Amino acid sequence: MIEFTINGRAVSVDVEPDTPLLWVIRDEIALTGTKYGCGIGLCGACTVHVGGRATRSCITPVSDVAGVEITTIEGLDPKGEHPVQQAWRHLRVPQCGYCQSGQIMQAAAFLKDIPNPTDDDIDAVMTGNLCRCMTYNRIRAAVREAAATLRGEATNG
Amino acid sequence: MTLKSVLAAIIVVGAVVLAGFGYYAYYPSLPNVSAAERPTFDAATVEKGRILAAAGYCATCHTAQGGQPYAGNYAIETAFGTIYASNITPDPETGIGGWSPAAFRRAMQQGVNREGAHLFPAFPFDHFTKMSDEDVDAIYAYLMAKVAPVSERTKENALPFPLNQRILQAGWKLLFVNFGRYQPDPSKSDEWNRGAYLVEGVTHCGACHTPRNVLGAEEKGQPFAGAAIDRWIAPALTAANPSAVPWTASEFARYLETGAGIYHGIAAGPMGPVVHAGLRELPASDLAAIGLYLGDKVGAPDTGPAENPAVVASLKAGRPDPTYRKDLGERLYATACAACHYNASQIVEGRPELAINSSTRLADPTNLIHVILDGVDAKDGTGGVVMPAFRHALSDTDIAAIAAYLREKRANLAPWPDLPAQVARIRAEGAGH
Repeated sequence: MIEFTINGRAVSVDVEPDTPLLWVIRDEIALTGTKYGCGIGLCGACTVHVGGRATRSCITPVSDVAGVEITTIEGLDPKGEHPVQQAWRHLRVPQCGYCQSGQIMQAAAFLKDIPNPTDDDIDAVMTGNLCRCMTYNRIRAAVREAAATLRGEATNG
Repeated sequence: MTLKSVLAAIIVVGAVVLAGFGYYAYYPSLPNVSAAERPTFDAATVEKGRILAAAGYCATCHTAQGGQPYAGNYAIETAFGTIYASNITPDPETGIGGWSPAAFRRAMQQGVNREGAHLFPAFPFDHFTKMSDEDVDAIYAYLMAKVAPVSERTKENALPFPLNQRILQAGWKLLFVNFGRYQPDPSKSDEWNRGAYLVEGVTHCGACHTPRNVLGAEEKGQPFAGAAIDRWIAPALTAANPSAVPWTASEFARYLETGAGIYHGIAAGPMGPVVHAGLRELPASDLAAIGLYLGDKVGAPDTGPAENPAVVASLKAGRPDPTYRKDLGERLYATACAACHYNASQIVEGRPELAINSSTRLADPTNLIHVILDGVDAKDGTGGVVMPAFRHALSDTDIAAIAAYLREKRANLAPWPDLPAQVARIRAEGAGH
């Protein structure tokens, strides 16, 4: 049995230790907001927070996360009102939406580390999160807007 | 002289001028002929007429959207109001079925219909007047033989008084039209003259490409200088054309045949049907002749434009910046690593800067390869956080490329030898935990 906390809830799962964390989150714990994209850690759709850090869950063995705190898109904010989520809705970022939970989790963690990012910073960090609808311009704008909100600045929204 | 005699003189002169104008403007009605009375034409003439009707893209203006071919009622929006193109199918009541070849010639070459009324110059008789009787007759032959008669009455034009008075068109003609067949220029080649005959006549290029004056007549002093047409722009067909590569004889010919030039744009907007429902039907020799004539108007030599500086510069500017794929490792790092291992102006706790990390700086890459292959467990490293394992995600080549990028480009240290083999060896040892 492997035990950890997910979105504040203690869970215990009985799976092979090398099972990808993503499988456990979706199939065992039934939180399906986190998506399967490439399966090789190169697209970012499966991004969750492990210990507060954005982590590609598809290539993280579940045994590695024993005892730690995991947050998925469902637990980012109890009401879905994290500033990144607000900016996402305000700027109507998603097109097909498949990548957005990974994008949002990546951006939320990123803004804790680098609260006042330049566009180059955003590109460098967010490049690992692919969007096949090519909404990158809106993603960049939403990250900027969320950053301003998190810094307590008024936005033009 | 008394005031009375001055007035009388004015009246007399006025009456004479009016009578003269009336004589100039008057055309008799020509007889209405039955289908049986119309002459017949051989197949070659009918085919020639089909090609010429295409070259004049007659159907484009004489067919309403969704309407029957040549049945008219296409709305031509002019600065003076809307004019509806007439029905030129052989229908005897609403079309031109009752017209003789003479009536058709008079319409084409003089802008007067069978009944003797002046046609509005939305119909480009100022160009068709250049056409030979033989060619005009061929179009007549085609329309009568191959176009299905359609009973469709042409709508009333939406023109304000007095512009709707057809008699006044005679004055417009007097001012602006040089009637008469095309006169070859003996100083030019036969091919040039053929091109000029087609361009100035049936294909009526100037109707759109020559600017018009306030009364809607082509500015004779600015042939092919470019003009607005149907909310598009018909570009200049002269040296003033803004193309980076000048239009040449062969480019014109290619464009008119295919709808696109290699060094120029495509036939779009109002030009679309001109090419695709029209000029491309002409034989290659005629398209070459048109190209020669228009190329002469532009004045550029017909040489290969591949070395044109604008072409060279545009190709160079459009070449993608290859730096992003010069280094496989750098590219993979951007997608697989930078989300966590990128720092802005300062290194942030929890975002390890790998170029200064000892695993990158050791003479042996083993530690770095271990971590990339198998990640970091939450029990290790920074407690409570993990690094994913790329063992099943990236190949030996990929991981070697990332390691080489960090070592050589980021840390600026001597390359590690045989990196792919070292990755393979460590991978074969199995997961480290």
